[in-house]
Amino acid sequence: MALKASDLKVGDTYSECLVEDLKRTQIVQYAGASGDYNPLHTDEVFTTKVAGYPSVFAHGMLTMGMTGRMLTDYVGDGRLTKYGVRFTNQVWPGDTLHSTATVEEVADGIVKLKVETTNQDGTVVVSGYAEARVD
Amino acid sequence: MAVKKFPVEASHIMMFARSVGDPNPIYYDEDYAKGTEPGTIIAPPTFAQASAQFDPDYFLRPKIGEPWFGSGKEPTGIKRESGGGGGGGGGGGLHAEQHFEYHRHLKPGDVLTGTTKPGKTWEKESKRAGKLVFSESVTEYRDQHGELVITARGVGVRTERPVDQK
Repeated sequence: MALKASDLKVGDTYSECLVEDLKRTQIVQYAGASGDYNPLHTDEVFTTKVAGYPSVFAHGMLTMGMTGRMLTDYVGDGRLTKYGVRFTNQVWPGDTLHSTATVEEVADGIVKLKVETTNQDGTVVVSGYAEARVD
Repeated sequence: MAVKKFPVEASHIMMFARSVGDPNPIYYDEDYAKGTEPGTIIAPPTFAQASAQFDPDYFLRPKIGEPWFGSGKEPTGIKRESGGGGGGGGGGGLHAEQHFEYHRHLKPGDVLTGTTKPGKTWEKESKRAGKLVFSESVTEYRDQHGELVITARGVGVRTERPVDQK
């Protein structure tokens, strides 16, 4: 399950499709699980009429959470030591997201990864890094 | 955010993993988890964010008997003091960055405390949203033995107006 340092090369990539046609209900599900009930994510009336956005949009942390699945699928359970992102663009209902980890460095039992999640238009929605223990 | 007691529970981990679309059985199946390297159910990497559930003052959760800014009969339940602007807001602004450092991974039975310290603040001008005011906070999560388990650094941003989608 875990990665072996000897199998990794700088520039190696691992990708997953995180979600196809993101549903509003999944955003509601994340609101309930995380406890972040900001109406911007679940309340279309508030978000369009008061906040001035075209529709509700996903929590950044939902995209970070989905991206985390790609990472743990790649590096193995319990192996992450660092994971951080910038939210570079909003994610909307209907979006399809793909995420890629790219090996930047392998040293001292740690792999350093560049992490990027993009939408169906190729726009980067999450940009970040992760580090994980490797064998 | 200050969280005095964040009990990490198996059903909460299961619901959280479902919500991020992660079917990995290590997040809900104890028997499966025993055969994995961690040897136990663990929490997904961003689970610490759900500490919001245990912050009594968390302002993005409706509270019994208190006004809520989401829609009901009207588009918002709270009259805004400043007209217009404040885009992206209606409370809290937007999340700009989030960083986690894992000293170990969380598991059911852990009882965490979270202490948050404000970090840097800075401003930037953006074509898509006007003046942006960023503010950073660092939360240290410690377990029932007082050991540091996760360090979380978040950056929030308040925008002058809603982010232009063009």
